[in-house]
Amino acid sequence: MTTSETMARESAKSSGQTYKPQDGLLLEVEDLHVEFHTPDGIARAINGVNFDLFEGQTLAILGESGSGKSVTAQAIMGILDMPPAVIPKGQIRYCGQDLLTMPDEQRRRTRGPEISMVFQDALSSLNPVFPVGWQIAEMFRVHRGMNKSDALERAVKLMQRVQIPAAKERVGAYPHQFSGGMRQRIMIAMAIALDPAVLIADEPTTALDVTVQAQIMALLQELQEERQMGLILITHDLGVVANVADKIAVMYAGRIVERADVYDLYRQPGHPYTKGLLESIPRLDQKGQQLAAIGGLPPNLMRIPEGCAFNPRCKFAQDVCREDRPALLEVAPGRESACHFAEEVLHG
Amino acid sequence: MTEASTIAVGAETSAPAGHDEARSLTSDAWRSLKKNPIFWVSMALIVAFLLMAVWPSLFTNVDPAEAVLKQARERPSANAWFGRDIQGYDIYSRTIYGARASILVGVFASIATVLIGGAMGVIAGYYGGWLDAVVSRVTDIFFAIPLLLGGILFMATFPNDVDSPYLLVVGKVVLVLSIFGWPGLARLMRSSVLQVKPNDYVQAARALGATPWRIIRAHVLPNALAPMIVVATINLGVFISVEATLSFLGIGLTPPAISWGVAISDAIVALRTTPHILLFPSLFLSLAVLAFIMLGDAVRDAFDPKSR
Amino acid sequence: MAEAILTATDLVKYYPIKGGVLRRKVGDVKAVDGVSFELLKGETLGIVGESGCGKSTLGRLLMRLEEPTSGSVVFDGVDMYAQKGRAMRKLRRDIQIVFQDPYTSLNPRKTVGDIVGEPFDIHPDVVPRKGRRKAVQDLLDLVGLNPEHINRYPHQFSGGQRQRIGIARGIALNPKVLICDEPVSALDVSVQAQVVNLMEKLQDELGLSYIFIAHDLSVVRHISDRVGVMYLGKMAELGEEDDIYGRPTHPYTQALLSAVPVPDPTLRDKKEQIVLKGDVPSPANPPSGCRFHTRCWKAQDKCKTDIPLLELRPDGAGEHLSACHFAQPREIIETIDVSDLADGDLDTGRRDTASLEPVGDGPADS
Repeated sequence: MTTSETMARESAKSSGQTYKPQDGLLLEVEDLHVEFHTPDGIARAINGVNFDLFEGQTLAILGESGSGKSVTAQAIMGILDMPPAVIPKGQIRYCGQDLLTMPDEQRRRTRGPEISMVFQDALSSLNPVFPVGWQIAEMFRVHRGMNKSDALERAVKLMQRVQIPAAKERVGAYPHQFSGGMRQRIMIAMAIALDPAVLIADEPTTALDVTVQAQIMALLQELQEERQMGLILITHDLGVVANVADKIAVMYAGRIVERADVYDLYRQPGHPYTKGLLESIPRLDQKGQQLAAIGGLPPNLMRIPEGCAFNPRCKFAQDVCREDRPALLEVAPGRESACHFAEEVLHG
Repeated sequence: MTEASTIAVGAETSAPAGHDEARSLTSDAWRSLKKNPIFWVSMALIVAFLLMAVWPSLFTNVDPAEAVLKQARERPSANAWFGRDIQGYDIYSRTIYGARASILVGVFASIATVLIGGAMGVIAGYYGGWLDAVVSRVTDIFFAIPLLLGGILFMATFPNDVDSPYLLVVGKVVLVLSIFGWPGLARLMRSSVLQVKPNDYVQAARALGATPWRIIRAHVLPNALAPMIVVATINLGVFISVEATLSFLGIGLTPPAISWGVAISDAIVALRTTPHILLFPSLFLSLAVLAFIMLGDAVRDAFDPKSR
Repeated sequence: MAEAILTATDLVKYYPIKGGVLRRKVGDVKAVDGVSFELLKGETLGIVGESGCGKSTLGRLLMRLEEPTSGSVVFDGVDMYAQKGRAMRKLRRDIQIVFQDPYTSLNPRKTVGDIVGEPFDIHPDVVPRKGRRKAVQDLLDLVGLNPEHINRYPHQFSGGQRQRIGIARGIALNPKVLICDEPVSALDVSVQAQVVNLMEKLQDELGLSYIFIAHDLSVVRHISDRVGVMYLGKMAELGEEDDIYGRPTHPYTQALLSAVPVPDPTLRDKKEQIVLKGDVPSPANPPSGCRFHTRCWKAQDKCKTDIPLLELRPDGAGEHLSACHFAQPREIIETIDVSDLADGDLDTGRRDTASLEPVGDGPADS
């Protein structure tokens, strides 16, 4: 792919600031906390999240609504509304530099050329009053200082790269003239325009039909391999994760409760919550299946239970789980679980 | 949770923690309203004006019709708190008694516009089709005529006699304000009905075989009413000011009827020398208009879930 | 074979498109275009399809929330669209609906008691006035909610709980058929299973027949006895669960099945994936002949002109209804029967672990 090569060479990015990953390590999130201060109280959305992301790696952050997965993504991108959000503690290091303590201007320049994001709702993420080609070209004009016609030409190439048919003719079309899948392709084109090292995809296919979802996931994977991006895939869909992720972090009530290689996790979940999720989803390839639902409800983030947040819904729970919060510890080579009974869960 | 939870169908018994008592949206709105100082200030003013309108004698025992010509244009003093006007009337007393006309016009015009506008809006929004087309075109026509211009045209076409009874004149003003005031509310109601109608709870009621009247009463109206109540409250202030304007122009209430508009009109001639004559009726008029507009704003904030 | 409780014949629903200054009709959105099927007593018929295929419109037609352009529905021997007034209201008792969005399906200004009790207000002869509170509490209990919460308002409940309230309202009049329009797709994964299990329990206890409309093929497989696949307002394929998932003969069904991600990474490279070209065409201007021909890899000239009929076509092990000129069975997913596994060792029937692929970490993988 020649376009991407030329882009890569251009990577002496206009900001002047250069970032170089050490041993392929792009992103380190350490002890991240995020709170939302609302009139009704403090909602603790993220309570100590740690993970690393390497070049060419796909990390899936799996969780339900309220688990903190999207807030994690927004914190990394620096697009949380503060207030009400507050980051009382933690670090997000990109190539060794803490994004949270960086001057605003410097951080702003990382958005796009270094880290970028694809959102769930492509329709509301695109500006309805400008042609899509213009919106993609804007990236090149603002960040690379290209002139109008060069930028537009580059936009067409990108649209072709994300497989939008008749890209040349449709560069002047408006977002509403595209289907949902095509709009998501345009969003992806904008996200990869400046050849970022880290791409965060927040539920990129949730709003799409299954046949289109397959196309979009294939495209994302292809682009990731081609550019060796670190990809953070945020989703609730266990099927999508199984198909594309290398590593998985399972989140519950603002913490990572389990982190493992994708094959290990699906073969042998190491946390009761993961195990519960896997047992509660109907599978296309099985008949006569009994769904073992997880009882109860996800916790209210203003009143997270004492001890292990999952204990009220957990069938392994003992007194210790109600008092002591389990740390995320290595339970087998290459995998971690935050459960007092991880051994039993793994081998039980 | 034990083994039994493997087939958990009945395990979800705990509500999101904390909300122990039933809390309706209206009671939530009331709770946030209670915390709003603007609400209390406007309510205090409105209660005061209502009392003036109903029992003016609570505030003063001076007869507003008693002219002491030789004390005309007297400045505020201990025996005439707001001073006296050109005719030698006690301004304080006349300002208190003047509230009645404004409040009567405002309240009745608001009630009438809510009833007419609300009904038209519901019919147009809920039934749609040609009914909607007719109602919408009619509101368009009325919309093109500004409220004040309509009032002037109407009152000039059907002028008051010198000896028209008080209530007849007030009724005429209410009528003209209602005629020109309902289309705005009808439009508003129509659009909120259109927003409520596609909700699945309305469809569910239809699926259960509920009659249109039941659906409107139980599902559509309670969910579509809030914006209209807000605007109607604000309109009440607007109607009061239009009434004053018509009286000021001499085509609304006319002397001997007592009204703020009449008082302002009378005071204009002496504006340079004795501005206090103008000051007090205008101040009361502004306060009354302001009170209703503030109340409308406070209610809107309470009903708007985004601000909570 | 059980007898049919509901028979739909050639249902058609066109929505006019109006344009121009005079708001003249300039065309039609062909949302549902000639759909026929039977629903048997006590069974669950799944209807799957992507957005715009007409499955939700179909549900609304069966509820008579919309009047069809043509076609008929016979419910329990009665022609539904011929009923008027009182007779129609009586008929509505027997066919009820559960909606997708638990946030818009409950009136926010009514208590749970009002919402679940509304069916009794509309049909006062079902339960005497005195017994209604008790009846509502029994319903709440039946769907797994605390009967003491009868005076709470919908916003005090979570999505899954609200869906239970919606189900309680749906079954209050003891209907024979419940139409479920994407009842679990708005719910979190861990709550979905609770609601699916509840619906299965209610079906057993109350002898309900379900029409289960959804886009999630896995959920539909789990809950359905028979499945219909819709594409652009037409039924592409209709058969027993095993026929559709094990021996699909319509190319669209095959593509759809192949696109569903299975939560098992070991299948990553083994599972064949049919990638369709392009998007679903607009139902305002559907393709001629077979509606799928614009995206079909098997399409021939015949497909552009002749509309394939939904008729019995051989599937390798027998025959089932399919609307493709070139219907041919093709196994897309290998089905594992786990119905014999006891509840206890419910290990999701995972595959032999010995066959696992080597595990990699980082760029070299995948």
